Amino acid sequence: MIRAKSSQWITGLFLLLSGHAAFAGWGDLNMTRGVTEISREVYDLHMIIFGVCVLIGIVVFGVMIVSMLMHRKSLGAKPATFHENTRLEYLWTIIPIVILIGLAVPATGTLRAMYDAGESDLDIEVRGLQWKWQYTYLNEDPTREVKFVSNLLTPATEINNQADKGQFYLLEVDEPLVIPVNKRIRFLITSEDVIHAWWVPAFAVKKDAVPGFVHESWAIVEEPGVYRGQCAELCGKDHGFMPIVVHAVEQSEYETWLAGKQEEARLVYETVGKEWTKDELMATGEDVYARVCQTCHQANGQGIPPAFPSLVGTGLSVGPIDAHIDIVVNGKAGTAMQAFGSQLNPAELAAVITYERNAWGNDTGDVLQPSRVNEMLTGGQ
Amino acid sequence: MSAVIEEHHDDHHHGPDKGIMRWVLTTNHKDIGTLYLWFSFIMFLTGGVMALVIRAELFQPGLQLVQPEFFNQMTTMHGLIMVFGAVMPAFVGLANWLVPMMIGAPDMALPRMNNFSFWILPFAFAMLLSSLLMEGGAPNFGWTFYAPLSTDYGPPSTTFFIFGVHLMGISSIMGSINVIVTILNLRAPGMTLMKMPLFVWTWLITAYLLIAVMPVLAGVVTMMLMDIHFNTAFFNAGGGGDPVLFQHVFWFFGHPEVYIMILPAFGVVSAIIPTFARKRLFGYDSMVYATASIAFLSFIVWAHHMFTVGIPIAGELYFMYATMLIAVPTGVKVFNWVATMWQGSMTFETPMLFSIAFVILFTIGGFSGLMLAIVPADFQYHDTYFVVAHFHYVLVPGSVFSIMAAVYYWLPKWTGNMYNETLGKTHFWLSFIGVNITFFPQHFTGLAGMPRRIPDYALQFADYNMISSCGAFLFGFSQLLFLFIVIRTIKGGKKATDQVWEGAHGLEWTIPSPAPYHTFSTPPKDLSEAHG
Ligand code: HEC
Ligand code: HEM
Ligand SMILES: [Cu+2]
Ligand SMILES: [Cu+2]
Repeated sequence: MIRAKSSQWITGLFLLLSGHAAFAGWGDLNMTRGVTEISREVYDLHMIIFGVCVLIGIVVFGVMIVSMLMHRKSLGAKPATFHENTRLEYLWTIIPIVILIGLAVPATGTLRAMYDAGESDLDIEVRGLQWKWQYTYLNEDPTREVKFVSNLLTPATEINNQADKGQFYLLEVDEPLVIPVNKRIRFLITSEDVIHAWWVPAFAVKKDAVPGFVHESWAIVEEPGVYRGQCAELCGKDHGFMPIVVHAVEQSEYETWLAGKQEEARLVYETVGKEWTKDELMATGEDVYARVCQTCHQANGQGIPPAFPSLVGTGLSVGPIDAHIDIVVNGKAGTAMQAFGSQLNPAELAAVITYERNAWGNDTGDVLQPSRVNEMLTGGQ
Repeated sequence: MSAVIEEHHDDHHHGPDKGIMRWVLTTNHKDIGTLYLWFSFIMFLTGGVMALVIRAELFQPGLQLVQPEFFNQMTTMHGLIMVFGAVMPAFVGLANWLVPMMIGAPDMALPRMNNFSFWILPFAFAMLLSSLLMEGGAPNFGWTFYAPLSTDYGPPSTTFFIFGVHLMGISSIMGSINVIVTILNLRAPGMTLMKMPLFVWTWLITAYLLIAVMPVLAGVVTMMLMDIHFNTAFFNAGGGGDPVLFQHVFWFFGHPEVYIMILPAFGVVSAIIPTFARKRLFGYDSMVYATASIAFLSFIVWAHHMFTVGIPIAGELYFMYATMLIAVPTGVKVFNWVATMWQGSMTFETPMLFSIAFVILFTIGGFSGLMLAIVPADFQYHDTYFVVAHFHYVLVPGSVFSIMAAVYYWLPKWTGNMYNETLGKTHFWLSFIGVNITFFPQHFTGLAGMPRRIPDYALQFADYNMISSCGAFLFGFSQLLFLFIVIRTIKGGKKATDQVWEGAHGLEWTIPSPAPYHTFSTPPKDLSEAHG
């Protein structure tokens, strides 16, 4: 252990001394050039300002260094007596102003292009939640609205160093956002809880997701590919663990994908209407529970008190069903128990609640129908 | 005025009281200055340990030492402690020691209030630090405590944090009132405003900034308190409020705040460079005007911290232009320092080394500031390590180096002993190298896309983070050498002359070393030495 640690320190120092020979190259040190026209303009702007700073730096630091080498007491330098020079002082006020104007002009141009609200080909709502992103492909027909949540895929074992880290460690999700190339996509960015920020460097899109407000941003992606980003505003515990992955694909591929998703959405929509048997609910509920709830409440329902309460034999899971539905749908503000109403569909919600009320020896015998949950979700209650 | 002081003549002979009560009850500006400086150093080490916890966790990808909850508490507490506990009190300590000695005043104008403004601080920070032991942990929402993360989603200790911030604010406001009253009323006869040393000028302006913005900070935390406990909804969109309102109010305080932390540093450096260049400060008048314009501009640029919150384009453009404008007076200052060095007769004692490093590294921080001001580029930089690199360049080799330069420069006057020059230079070089190894690579991690405030990161950022962590430990441990040097100098060493430095000018160098407990009980007659 000690040995491993000290060898890492040595590697660190070595990397330091060997300069960037050990690194993958310039691309890793600099801003992403990106795959949209805007992102390339931003990159060019960045390089221009950077260049200007380097030039000014060379002049100013150059003068300082010459001075430090020549005007030393040890070399017998005698101090001069000047202590002002009006012309010089005007000059070094005016020159910077001119340089700044030179920078402001292209910056203004790029910014105007970014703010230009043109007609979009596709609108996607991006919703930040602690700690994942939810994407909705807006569609006038609600039965054809595709909506899903994109979670971190990296397993806890990798994060906790019990397994080797994969290539896309912390930058991989279970369900990426899929968009067509060469189409103008409008992102409508908002949040469910705290402020997040949706950032994809390759698109030069970074916008805060503010609860209660919808902000707009857009991109026309020119090259198919997988683009990765991260949440860029501190949003609590797992702020570092809510990546963004965007697949940009050709239009035809996008359409196939969308059709599949819409079919899924339609099925779900239909399932809500039908009468479910208890067995069906229990089976689906067990799945959902394992997928979503188990990390906190544990497979045996016992939780990890006091952080995560037990659901067995006590509390809402064996109490009045309305309160039970309420906490699962709306969550409890300020605790880890989130509002699952927007993440699970009504069938899944009904199933998992039915499951909790009848598993691990809980014997309420209650059977909750998806239609009932749907009523509550759509304000029927 | 001087008649009043004359009446206390009998006091002059007795020195400080004995024992602990000297420090608790003291109204002497030198004692209070010392208290502030030690307090600040303790906070510097405390905040430093937290920084090392952060850097140790970030040494490698993966979670090794701490969990994300605790990591967030560390970043939050580190920022709050360094800003409010280390940098600001250090400058107040320097103001206490130096302002009266530089303007020929016997003490601060309001000595009891002075005592009170210091003694509030240990309680404020004890309260803040105690939150680490509370259920739910310490504040974990970043030093900028954006709502609703800090309101609806904050830990229970948030209320203690709010109370702590109120106390710090009261302390700062009282401290600034004291500085202003002292400077405006107690200058030796004949010392006009435009004859004051620049350190006094920068503090006068800083004090006005403090009085203007600390109440705004108090306001914003009070609104938080109301949202948390009294069901208001200032920052809750669900109740008709606006989370972005929080950021506007916070940064209206926050941007001037960063200048509060750098203007006195400008003053320190403007005192030290002429001394060791043996040449008068270049462009005194323009230095004063530049400081004043920076202070003014600092009030009208706040939203440059909020370019991504969805401000309309007119707002973005205005805040971009205004922010870029700050580079002009800042440039004037840098050029003046360089012109002061030019054709001087320089020697490179420790204070001079720290000051030159200040000029170079602060300028690098100014460059990245200029880059951040360009809105489209800021969309890529914002909330990444690039910003972390920017503000650490202006704050560590900026403010913190200037404080260290000041301590080396005036320590012989305070203690009567010279510090060990070899050790001082060693401390400088270790700090200089450490700071650059720590923060320079962060420009690259930021550009490459690493967000700030994350406990774990993707693999492509690994190399730079490792380097950064090595540098942080080097810098951190070098500060123990600083502590050692200071203690050794207090205990003994080569006796300092009254003037201490060959090229030093200013009233503080006309009094004996160590400075007697009471100085300038009668105002000085000869002001020819007043400023360099
Ligand atoms: C991130 C952790 C986490 C996840 C995931 C989670 N819960 Fe919870 N849950 C909590 C916490 C914490 C509480 C306690 C809230 C409180 O303080 O009242 C809770 C409370 C509950 C309660 C009320 C317990 C009682 O009797 O008071 C129910 C029912 C519940 N959760 C169901 C679920 C279901 C169903 C899921 C999956 C769809 C789920 N939870 C997923 C953390 C979680
Ligand atoms: C040339 C002068 C400067 C300019 C143009 C400038 C510009 C900026 C900008 C635009 C940001 C916001 C970046 C972002 O979040 O995306 C920023 C952040 C910051 N700056 Fe500066 N800055 C300057 C000097 C300073 C100085 C002198 C200090 C302090 C001594 C300072 C301290 C900070 C801090 C602390 C932050 C980050 C705050 C946070 O988000 O936590 N800056 N600066
Ligand atoms: Cu986040
Ligand atoms: Cu600012």
